[in-house]
Amino acid sequence: MTVMNIVQAINEAMDLKLAEDKDVVVYGEDVGVEGGVFRVTEGLQQKHGEKRVFDSPLAESGIAGTALGMAISGLKPVIEMQFDGFSYPAMNQIISHISRFRNRTRGKYTVPLVIRIPYGGGINALEHHSESPEAYFGHTPGLKVVIPSTPYDAKGMLIAAIEDPDPVIYLEPKRIYRAIKQEVPDGKYTIPLGKAKLLSPGDDITVIAYGAMIREVQKAMVMAKEKGISVELIDLRSIWPIDRDTIGASVRKTGRGLIVTEAPQSYGPAAELISVIQEEAFLSLEAPPKRLTGFDTVIPLPLGEKHYMLSPQRIAFEIDKIMRY
Amino acid sequence: MFDINTLKEYSPIENKIYRVIDDEGKPVIKNWKPSLSNEEIVKSYQDLLFARTADMMAVSYQRQGRMFTYPPNLGQEAIHIAAGHVMQREDWLVPAFRELGAWLAKGVRLSEVFLYFRGHEDGSRFLDANRVLPVAVPISSQLLHASGIGYAMNYRDEEAAVFAFVGDGGTSEGDFHEALNFAAVWDAPVVFIIQNNQFAISVPLAKQTRSINLAVKGLAYGMDSVLVDGNDFFAMHDVLSFARQHVLENKRPILIEALTYRAGAHTTSDDPTKYRSSAEEEMWAQKDPAKRLKSWLVRKKLWNPADEEALIEQFRKKIDTEFDIAEHYPEYKLDDVFGYLYEELPDELKRQKNDYLNFLNSQGGQK
Repeated sequence: MTVMNIVQAINEAMDLKLAEDKDVVVYGEDVGVEGGVFRVTEGLQQKHGEKRVFDSPLAESGIAGTALGMAISGLKPVIEMQFDGFSYPAMNQIISHISRFRNRTRGKYTVPLVIRIPYGGGINALEHHSESPEAYFGHTPGLKVVIPSTPYDAKGMLIAAIEDPDPVIYLEPKRIYRAIKQEVPDGKYTIPLGKAKLLSPGDDITVIAYGAMIREVQKAMVMAKEKGISVELIDLRSIWPIDRDTIGASVRKTGRGLIVTEAPQSYGPAAELISVIQEEAFLSLEAPPKRLTGFDTVIPLPLGEKHYMLSPQRIAFEIDKIMRY
Repeated sequence: MFDINTLKEYSPIENKIYRVIDDEGKPVIKNWKPSLSNEEIVKSYQDLLFARTADMMAVSYQRQGRMFTYPPNLGQEAIHIAAGHVMQREDWLVPAFRELGAWLAKGVRLSEVFLYFRGHEDGSRFLDANRVLPVAVPISSQLLHASGIGYAMNYRDEEAAVFAFVGDGGTSEGDFHEALNFAAVWDAPVVFIIQNNQFAISVPLAKQTRSINLAVKGLAYGMDSVLVDGNDFFAMHDVLSFARQHVLENKRPILIEALTYRAGAHTTSDDPTKYRSSAEEEMWAQKDPAKRLKSWLVRKKLWNPADEEALIEQFRKKIDTEFDIAEHYPEYKLDDVFGYLYEELPDELKRQKNDYLNFLNSQGGQK
């Protein structure tokens, strides 16, 4: 066991896979010499060589499209989109090819690759550096889309993603890259993709969140507890597929549901989760399931983020409202 | 014979077109000799005739309502046949969608081509073909796959070249430029082939670029580039043979602009009379690749035009048999919708499939 943060856990997952599997290559913008703008790939080029960990030309569609070419010819690329807002030029490659090459060729060519993307707000960054694009990916048939919220999950889920036979979008909650430290097992272990995790059991209301929002919900739970409200917290971990069994079982038990995401509201993951609750737990509901999300606005520049980002107070306020329905 | 000196001589900056035979099939370069044997040249002409016959029959199947949208190859076949001859089994073919002769040369079954354009994904299985990618519809997006494959070939020390196709309109897409740049930076063994057939659906080349030609774009990426008469089978063959050797020996990509003309429509849904004149079409008909190669063969007494009709009749029977396979392919099943998106069907998709099966059962059984 080693105590580490999310950045170190992701780094260790790539390090282990690079050492174990000579088909794994890691590339993107600044991931080589510099070790990534967040230092997530730090030391990997020095250790595994320039042929396997390298800086590519600065072009996201190019990074994604070439990764498909590598994947269908036997490599396992782990590519980085430097920031959420920079992943959009790669969308054509992701939506039109990466997600569906297996289907198009009836399984003759498969695309075992991982696209790592630091995502989310709350880091006082420039425009295009604070976005939550998970709905775009979750809406795309053929992808798996996952988001860890702890160092333990970050390592096990990334190893699982690299070993997965299909393309995985691995979103990294950059706001909590270094905020949480945790004991992480040495060596290899995997966490199955597509499974949510019950973080803390409770009786009165189910809150579903993921990524950096987990920590905010946990703070809100302390406030709720003071009012005698027992919250059950689920870390979704997988945007697609959604673990409807875990969600259904929880809401059937508590009778109430709140979804907390920082992504914009309309057509977002929260809407999808509410549909799942309706389908799985309708007859157990004591109150309409609710969503607390980012606004359907552009996420503001740093001085305005206080209005956009969901605070523990706001989450607690919403929990309270649902309880008093 | 095309070598490194010819490459220098034909720098695209000079806007000089590599051409070996004229419109009447007469050699235009002194002392030029084909690098293929007479038998190989005759075989190539037969392959061209076969591909042309299949292509024209595909258009008529479509007109008969037996196939959906299809992109005709008429007028561009010399490029495909030359590429088909040069490509080796271990080489990769990364098509756009108008390279029928090259697909067939790589082992794609004609019945698969028909099946694809009849609307079944099984037409991209390519059961007998090694290293052929499926049709790429989003323009130029496939070129990046070629650059990535090229990286993988270097990474694995494989002696295999990648042949990637795009059209003239595709050179305006960002992915075209990214693909060239990545391949050049990575020293990837990719032969990029632009089929400049003068039109992107209805839009003429003059509205795509202010460059003096398309090959010149490669120079800016530090690539060797050459402009070639794409309706001249020998010129195409010379350039492609050189290109394959060049990318493998020197570990660098090359860009080839093949000048040609799409004699047919963009696809069977298109009407070219709206955007081009019959005078222009007639002018290009004089440069038809089949006509030029045939003239060369007849002059050399290697081909008797009187035999052609019987041969084509034989081809037509074979093509009809292939179409029959596609037309009587097993019915599209529900598993064809769900079965190939992921290695293992996720529970969510099982649930959606079951919902639909329940509906089908309510209607009196599964279809």
